[in-house]
Amino acid sequence: MSSENSRTNVSFDQATIIIGLEVHVQLDTQSKLFCGCSTEFGAPPNTQTCAVCTGMPGSLPVINERALSLAIKTGIALNCEIARYTKWDRKNYFYPDLPKGYQISQFDKPICGEGYLDIADAKGAFEPRRVRLERAHLEEDAGKSIHDESKKGGSSKIDLNRTGTPLLEIVTKPDMRSPAEAKAFLTELKLILNYVKVSDCNMQQGSLRCDGNINLHIEFEGQTIATPIVEIKNLNSFRAAERSLTYEAKRQFELWQSNGKSIDDAPKQTRGWNDAQQVTTIQREKEESADYRYFPDPDLIAVTTTEQEIKAIANQIDRLPAQWREHLTTDHKLKPYDAEVIVTQGREVVDYFLDVTNGCGDSRIASNWIGQEVLRHLNESGDEIGDYPISSAELADLLKRVVQKELDQTRAKEVLDEMVSSNLSAEAAIEKLGIKPVDEGELDTLCQQLIEENPDAVEQIKSGNLKAVGMLIGKARKLNPNANPGVVKDKILKSIGVS
Amino acid sequence: MELETLTASEIVKHLSTGELSAVECTRFYLDRIKSFDGQLNSFISVSELAIETAEKIDVKRAAGKPVGQLAGLPIAIKDGICTAGLRTTAGSKMLEDFVPPYDATIVSRLNDADAIVIGKTNMDEFAMGSSTENSFFGVAKNPWNEQHVPGGSSGGSAACVAGGLAPVAIGSDTGGSIRQPAAFCGITGLKPTYGRVSRYGLIAFASSLDQIGPMTSTVEDAALIMSVIAGHDSRDSTSAKNELPDFLNSIADTVGSKPLAGIRIGVCQEHFEAGLDSEVESAVRESTKVFEALGAEIKHVRLPNTKFAVATYYVVAPCEASSNLSRYDGVRYTHRAAAEDLEQMYCETRAEGFGEEVKKRIMLGTHALSSGYYDAYYLKASKVRRLIKQDYDLAFESVDLILGPTTPTPAFEIGQHSQDPLAMYLADIYTVSANLAGVPAISIPCGLSGSGLPIGLQLQARSFEEATLLKTAHQFQQATDWHQRRPQA
Repeated sequence: MSSENSRTNVSFDQATIIIGLEVHVQLDTQSKLFCGCSTEFGAPPNTQTCAVCTGMPGSLPVINERALSLAIKTGIALNCEIARYTKWDRKNYFYPDLPKGYQISQFDKPICGEGYLDIADAKGAFEPRRVRLERAHLEEDAGKSIHDESKKGGSSKIDLNRTGTPLLEIVTKPDMRSPAEAKAFLTELKLILNYVKVSDCNMQQGSLRCDGNINLHIEFEGQTIATPIVEIKNLNSFRAAERSLTYEAKRQFELWQSNGKSIDDAPKQTRGWNDAQQVTTIQREKEESADYRYFPDPDLIAVTTTEQEIKAIANQIDRLPAQWREHLTTDHKLKPYDAEVIVTQGREVVDYFLDVTNGCGDSRIASNWIGQEVLRHLNESGDEIGDYPISSAELADLLKRVVQKELDQTRAKEVLDEMVSSNLSAEAAIEKLGIKPVDEGELDTLCQQLIEENPDAVEQIKSGNLKAVGMLIGKARKLNPNANPGVVKDKILKSIGVS
Repeated sequence: MELETLTASEIVKHLSTGELSAVECTRFYLDRIKSFDGQLNSFISVSELAIETAEKIDVKRAAGKPVGQLAGLPIAIKDGICTAGLRTTAGSKMLEDFVPPYDATIVSRLNDADAIVIGKTNMDEFAMGSSTENSFFGVAKNPWNEQHVPGGSSGGSAACVAGGLAPVAIGSDTGGSIRQPAAFCGITGLKPTYGRVSRYGLIAFASSLDQIGPMTSTVEDAALIMSVIAGHDSRDSTSAKNELPDFLNSIADTVGSKPLAGIRIGVCQEHFEAGLDSEVESAVRESTKVFEALGAEIKHVRLPNTKFAVATYYVVAPCEASSNLSRYDGVRYTHRAAAEDLEQMYCETRAEGFGEEVKKRIMLGTHALSSGYYDAYYLKASKVRRLIKQDYDLAFESVDLILGPTTPTPAFEIGQHSQDPLAMYLADIYTVSANLAGVPAISIPCGLSGSGLPIGLQLQARSFEEATLLKTAHQFQQATDWHQRRPQA
């Protein structure tokens, strides 16, 4: 084995980070995977249960067709091969919140086979990458154990409301090379799931849960050394995912520097992320060769899906985020960054943007106003676009006046603020603010007056200091707030013969 | 009226004409249970609501309101089938006090037909056994000779019908658990095609093999019960959507002396080999002459993979059982052992709550499913199962029914096989194949041994051809009186 000295000469940059993810997505169904119980979050414990999901003796599961169709839809959106034949298997293990003593899952014939998801960073933090997917399978969720944490030996309680909720487990290949890529993968995945409307992806409520597998490949003395693989459990926010993977990469590197152990010298470890202390801590040292004794569930029949059925589901899928980015930059001439801002907000914001663009006739103005005014409002209020008080038609009505130069940007923002705070239409807000179109002659008179009263400024402009015109515009607006700055500028320049 | 000598069909007739009230009838059987079940031990629980239910049906009928097809008929249900509000133990300490919050589908259907559930019958724990000796609630006795077992696992259902404690009973059959006790107790037992009767509410032993069916005095009664319990159930994914025949039509009177003309019956060679009791053999061979006389064509047929059936069964069934029984972990239901930690609680609870045979099968199944053994056991057994099914497909190309003995011997003595589980397992040798292949099969009485114990013959048919099975068996009963023999009380 190499000496510790020589290993300390290796820098962290010489290590390649290898990351694979397992993501559990709760599918957006009204009822559970194998019974009719509600999947709504937050009900009093054990009120959304029946003989089937509590595993009563003699009860039998019946597949929820909608869950299957949502799984297929997700698979299509993730470029997965959709299984024409899929079946159910029992994963056997004992745990108090697993009432049947087995979980109905899919072992060797998952509903979705290999696929991929492309990730990129709008600011170029990493090179675009294709993350390959190993598979995605349907399974039922377990219940929730609530343990007494007072350490006074109180009893544990079990809530079976969640038991039987449909989950899609998406497994990637170890294709990500940095925690930032892992975060980008999760972000893009969540976005896609939002666009195809298969899950609400609410991480606080556990609708999207993630485990990460990570190790390092270190170039050392002409060889590539792989460090032992660590699985980090329950990364319940994207930030936690990124930070824990960053921490773990560093920890593994330092550990390798001190003990030199490779993947062949140590078993796979399971660690948990401690968000408070920002460290990973060991949960299970040895892979206790968990033997789940998978076998086909004899209570369920295998499902065959026809090409037509798959096509019908594929037809329900509109453009995905990547296609929207393309559409907004190519057909609506947005800059990539501006397109990204809108697409990342979710499909509802894209629709809002399209409506505003259609209504006002200018995609860039629509994009700027949504990117700045609307999103600022939403960020501050924490609302969704659906809760924004100004409908797309109303915003379009306002922006149309900007496009047609009836209103300048500054006045238009005043109008928007008034629309929001007084819940008025654009027209009513304009009237309330006393904004009137300025007569051409009136404007000419105003400009003439400014030129006469400000000979110094005029001189500066003539000598090439065009900034001085700004001062004149400011004065114009003081005299008449409805004066359009652009028009004022043009008139002044023309009048003194600079343009 | 000597009720205990009447068939269920006759009782239903008397009830419908008003010659007999539901209350009278129910009380009669409850009294019989009270008087005789101390000896037979065929019931685990008796319904306290039976009389009340009977009263309601009488009132309904008196008021001229429409009543169900079985209005007022008392019925006993195997204790592995869930009955809402009525304790359901599956013969286990583990479920000693389990009162299901719901009815099995077949129980709902029987209730809708206005049948009256009078009690829950004794069985081998979780239906694992062939003698009822594995019941936590004690062995049931064979009414023909109380030193002998009634068979199992539906031994209580067979014993109560044979002993006249219920006109009809429901059993379940995973490897012969309806047919073998029917044969041992001299009654009729039908295991329908897998998927014909809903399993919803049947406490699972081996899900791909379990099937509920009637245990009755006559084939006619079996047809009557089938007409109520059979049919698709959306709560059971394995329940078949096949069209239902008119089961009662299959036992309708026929004209002419050759009612079975055109039916080809294959005598299964493999069921007449070593291990078959000579009295059983001669009774079954004798009965082939009856079928022949009724116009059936008797042929020979082979099921060459029969020799693997018991071995296959004892891999598939324990594998499924080991998983099905995981839910009895002490977290819920009756029994929880005191323990220091979770793992110990699991171990102690399951060590105390399950009987020896159940534990043996859980261990067998767990081992056979475990990593490194799955291919050699479960996967291989699944393949052999397909071969066994292919045997049937081939055989049914040349015959309509397959005939043989139901069991190799008449009912054995209590305790006789307790030291030799393999001998016990061989009691299912002729019956397990039908479960592995999913085909329907019926056992009907066809003789008595020298010591006065009943002998049963088995007929098996193509999947979903219960009608042919019922028709043929019914004609046999029209021509013979074995089914009318009753044990001396």
